[in-house]
Amino acid sequence: MTIAMTTAPATLMSFEDVLASYDPALGLEVHVELNTNTKMFCGCPAHFGGEPNTHVCPTCLGLPGAMPVVNAKAVESAIRIGLALNCEIAQWCRFARKNYFYPDMPKNFQTSQYDEPICFEGYLDVPVDTPDGQTQIFRVEIERAHMEEDTGKSLHIGGATGRIQGADYSLVDYNRAGIPLIEIVTKPILGAGALAPEVARAYVSQLRELIVALGVSEARMDQGNLRADVNLSLSPRGSGVLGTRTETKNVNSFRSVERAARYEMQRHAAVLDAGETILQETRHWHENTGVTTSGREKSDADDYRYFPEPDLVPVAPSREWVDQLRTTMPENPTARRARLQADWGFSDLEMRDTIGAGALALVEATIAEGAPPQAARKWWLSDLARRANDTGVDIADLGVSPAQVARVQQLVDDGSLNDKLARQVFEGMLAAEGEPDEIVAARGLAIVSDEGALSEAVDAAIAANPGVADKIRDGKHAAAGALIGAVMKQMRGQADAGRVRELILEKLG
Amino acid sequence: MSASTSTPVDWTRRTAAELADALAVGEVTSVELTQAHLDRIAAVDGDVHAFLHVDTDGALAAAAAADERRRGGEPRGRLDGVPIAVKDVLATRGLPTTCGSKILEGWVPPYDATVVARLRAAGLPLLGKTNMDEFAMGSSTEHSAYGPTHNPWDLDRIPGGSGGGSAAAVAAFEAPLAIGTDTGGSIRQPGAVTGTVGVKPTYGGVSRYGLVALANSLDQAGPVTRTVLDSALLHEVIGGHDPRDSTSIDEPLPALVDAARKGTDGDLSGLRVGVIAELSGKGYQAGVLARFSESLDLLRAAGAEVVEVSCPNFVHALAAYYLILPAEASSNLAKFDAMRYGLRVLPDGVESPSAEEVMRASRDAGFGDEVKRRIILGTYALSSGYYEAYYGTAQKVRTLISRDFEAAFAQVDVLVSPTAPTTAFKLGEKLDDPIAMYLNDLATIPANLAGVPGMSLPSGLADEDGLPAGFQILAPALADDRLYRVGAALEAALLAKWGGPLLDRVPELSRNERAPR
Amino acid sequence: MPQTPGSIGSSGARVEITRDEVAHLADLARIELSDAELDHLAPQLRVILESVASITGVAGDDVPHTSHAIGLTNVFRDDVVAPCLTAEEALSGAPAQEQQRFSVPRILGDEQ
Repeated sequence: MTIAMTTAPATLMSFEDVLASYDPALGLEVHVELNTNTKMFCGCPAHFGGEPNTHVCPTCLGLPGAMPVVNAKAVESAIRIGLALNCEIAQWCRFARKNYFYPDMPKNFQTSQYDEPICFEGYLDVPVDTPDGQTQIFRVEIERAHMEEDTGKSLHIGGATGRIQGADYSLVDYNRAGIPLIEIVTKPILGAGALAPEVARAYVSQLRELIVALGVSEARMDQGNLRADVNLSLSPRGSGVLGTRTETKNVNSFRSVERAARYEMQRHAAVLDAGETILQETRHWHENTGVTTSGREKSDADDYRYFPEPDLVPVAPSREWVDQLRTTMPENPTARRARLQADWGFSDLEMRDTIGAGALALVEATIAEGAPPQAARKWWLSDLARRANDTGVDIADLGVSPAQVARVQQLVDDGSLNDKLARQVFEGMLAAEGEPDEIVAARGLAIVSDEGALSEAVDAAIAANPGVADKIRDGKHAAAGALIGAVMKQMRGQADAGRVRELILEKLG
Repeated sequence: MSASTSTPVDWTRRTAAELADALAVGEVTSVELTQAHLDRIAAVDGDVHAFLHVDTDGALAAAAAADERRRGGEPRGRLDGVPIAVKDVLATRGLPTTCGSKILEGWVPPYDATVVARLRAAGLPLLGKTNMDEFAMGSSTEHSAYGPTHNPWDLDRIPGGSGGGSAAAVAAFEAPLAIGTDTGGSIRQPGAVTGTVGVKPTYGGVSRYGLVALANSLDQAGPVTRTVLDSALLHEVIGGHDPRDSTSIDEPLPALVDAARKGTDGDLSGLRVGVIAELSGKGYQAGVLARFSESLDLLRAAGAEVVEVSCPNFVHALAAYYLILPAEASSNLAKFDAMRYGLRVLPDGVESPSAEEVMRASRDAGFGDEVKRRIILGTYALSSGYYEAYYGTAQKVRTLISRDFEAAFAQVDVLVSPTAPTTAFKLGEKLDDPIAMYLNDLATIPANLAGVPGMSLPSGLADEDGLPAGFQILAPALADDRLYRVGAALEAALLAKWGGPLLDRVPELSRNERAPR
Repeated sequence: MPQTPGSIGSSGARVEITRDEVAHLADLARIELSDAELDHLAPQLRVILESVASITGVAGDDVPHTSHAIGLTNVFRDDVVAPCLTAEEALSGAPAQEQQRFSVPRILGDEQ
């Protein structure tokens, strides 16, 4: 086991040069934390949080003698995910123990599935934007989706960074231990070439959309409900010989998935070109610096000694059950997109941008909350999308909900806010200042509807700009803009520009 | 206090059924008879060392509560108020549970095993926790980290294992009833060498929740008693479906007490008994075989038809067992890592040791040799590259053994053999010869591999050493009632032959007085 | 031909398990073994393994594995919350605790 003690940036090859010499092979492993009421193998609450070590029982704490019992709802969710990924559902499968020692794992084995996953051999069609502005459908083949349990969480005490390296000791909370996870593993994704990073991102984004539509997980990457590992290897162009792969962990946003894939491609190529070999290892993604660092070396010493979990009996989902679950599948994503585009009256470009920003479900939910489609699109794709992009946080994880966006639009529609004030409300929401109405009140953003105050401001503007006023009196209504600007400035933007114009024309008409 | 017969009534000499009757008619209180057993423990356990922990206050409080219920006319069942001892491998809320290991010294579980919860719910006062081979690995109780238990028949001999504490407690009249667990014979083999009755129920018949697993696919808890009827009474209290154990069978228990009572009639006409050819010949002590064949005669006399049946794959059972058990155990015992409970040892001379170093040091200090041996063996058997050759092959042999049982039970109603190849051996005799030790379980292991129920009851004393020999009865899965019918019939015939219980011949025990060799 | 009962049955197979291999297994199992323990264990394991190796080839390819003697399937639990332990109960056996958490020595290895 080797521990990286430095985070010195690796040498990278330019992306173009990588592609000239190498073909990338991608692999994605995504862990989805289910939103069941209870844990995978016991009746403790499955939502993370709560006071430390209060969502634990003899089973998830791994106390001597305690035994697991499978959560039926977790099996159901696993099957539904498998069906949505066009997988075969096993007629018969078992849980297995993956044996390794780690302090956050109460039993020192993880109850998982090994060679008998509940779902296998599926695919997901993923739309990828190409540089020429087209959308290409890329089929990602799914090797398996299996059930397992989460581990506890450690706080690392002492040391400079609060990270595991250099800590004096650690404090473990087992509330998360035993929460159901579904691990979804792709087959090697070959032939993506220059699009490999985009394919990686689009796959995870599409998968998340599917998980949300199934309703089986909160699927928030920033909260760790959805965790992606990016596996990458390079083979000399055209050789078809797979190279040594690295497994990059801790990739917590769609954008990071893309960046991590790109980074590893560039790093691998530089290492290979220098005549060195790629170590088979896990790598850590560092969001702030945009680099990966060496983690744990994978070697033959990794011997998990899998064997069937003797405390559990086989899972043999009846075909009737599977068929019944098939009827609960959400709409096919392609059909869904076509339907939504028609309902909303979006242009192809508007639709593409919405999907590209990962905002389709958000826009849909905002419309469902009562906002007009164009307004919903406008808010999500302007300030919110920009913020997501700037911070590397997925747009769904910004902390702004569709209901809040719809509320802002409602305030605009009823004349309480104008667009400029609405932007300030969004600013407030992104700064976690609360609900739209609270922010309007706290920041004093509401449009002044006091006719007296408005009238005074208009009078003052007329008095201060006699030349402009004369032009308007002469019928040059286009000149009103200058006076409106003056009034708005005086009102610090909190006036309804339409009403101001009306007042000016009344007074000078 | 001694257990001499000069005291007016010695409640410790009674069977559980007799105690239940005495309680029912108000002849005695639970407090009185619980106290009698606590006194007996105080008097003889210094020699026997059957107990690792005695819960005087808890037992008396439970006894008082039982008496209160009796007075209110609302006993919880026949055994309400009859005290019991529990093998230290079952989790007991508020009572130390060590599994005979240093690594769990002082651990007090915050929960009850289902078996323990059922005992408490039925009103049986818990006298304490009994000694065992560390994590139930052994056939002599010598592998307990807290010192061996001594066989009441001869204190220089082993009481069998791993549940030697439970068997010795019952044989020494320290408890009328006890709970054991049986992974490869740990209830039946101690029963055989201490002259007591032990039953391994059908796999899945008694909940394993709270039983600290040795080999999950083989472990079963069951009764340890002095009579077949007492085992049936206890089995009905602890048996039946438990939703906390995924391998628990969701079917009602057969009528076990009824079967035991019916068996006492002594009529076995129409019953077909199969003698397992592979488990009743070479390798067995002459005196053990003599008692076995006498018992067969008694069964014939009771009307049973006795035939020989071959189970050719049983010869492979021991080898399969010693691959499956260490494999499962190596994984089960991984949780003992000094992080959440149990012994934490800091390695010598290491400044600021890491979690990994503390785990290694603690496991080295906390586990005994036999446990380490089996963990290493199991780790090897599960390693990639060896898995199929070892664990995989063993699982196939299991299938063959199950098929042998199926074929045999198509011909006969029950199968029989001597329980153990020899009577109790001397302490220390086989301690450093693992293979010789493992051979004790030759006849008992097939039942665990196939999940079928088995009983051992005393068949008499071997002529050459005057020590008890055991008679094993095996029945098809879920047909535990057959054990009780046949066992009770044989027991009745043997009692008539002996003119009283075999255990009446246990040498007198008292502190500082060694039994004659 | 049935083998002689009363023996595990030696196949005569030589099972090589070296001292280094035992040390590696001990490492996997997180047990610190002294040199003396290694010297003692390696030959014992060899004997045991040679004995149990007798079953190699006993069962043909067509024989299925039995992981459980009693063939249950689909034993599930409804997704209903059950009472938990209190933090005090959960931590009652902890060798060390702090901030209502299990205190463990510094962790060297990376998460898997």
